[in-house]
Amino acid sequence: MSTVQIDETIDARGMPCPGPLMNLIGAIRRSQVGQVFEVLSSDEGSKTDIPAWVAKAKHELVEVVPDDGFARFVVRKAR
Amino acid sequence: MDEQEKPLSLVLFSGTDDKLTAAAVLAVGAAAMGRTVNVFLQYYALDAFRAGRLCADHGLAPEATVEQASSIRGHAAQHWSDLLRQARDVGEVDIRACALSMDLLGIGKDDLDPLVDGVEGVAAFMAASSEGQVLFI
Repeated sequence: MSTVQIDETIDARGMPCPGPLMNLIGAIRRSQVGQVFEVLSSDEGSKTDIPAWVAKAKHELVEVVPDDGFARFVVRKAR
Repeated sequence: MDEQEKPLSLVLFSGTDDKLTAAAVLAVGAAAMGRTVNVFLQYYALDAFRAGRLCADHGLAPEATVEQASSIRGHAAQHWSDLLRQARDVGEVDIRACALSMDLLGIGKDDLDPLVDGVEGVAAFMAASSEGQVLFI
């Protein structure tokens, strides 16, 4: 576990592509700059999609932590 | 999204649920990545966008085997109409009915689902898509 303070957890485990990414986008859109989200996703597509979208939308991918059957993506809203 | 991305333009011809879902996945991905999405509905795809019929069973492409069909139907993937709504929610999506297809199928404006923004001729679609790729599905 990291020391980053998480403001909201999006548990998208079991949701197929592109559901986890779309949930993250929705959450970021209705939040304030600086807020930190963690997305739990078992979708293989998230491993490429979430970093690609975060880079494109110019937010910050704080970390990606593989877990048992899913991955945890920590994203900070940067703008 | 600061820099202007080229639009993605989809010509939807097939009206089966698998092809519509595949197309809607492309639309939502492009919209999320900041690209305008233009959708032009022709023939059987247009028929699937009749009001009240979006969620009917539109079948699968002929190459789907019995095993694949059962796997696809049993999967929790979102409906293509929901994916298109999500695409519209995160980006710019313009869905137009092909005027010729409307005539061929005897479909009037009032027969279309509200997801469709209007009727358009092929030249207007080409004008909107001129900067980017056009995919025929």
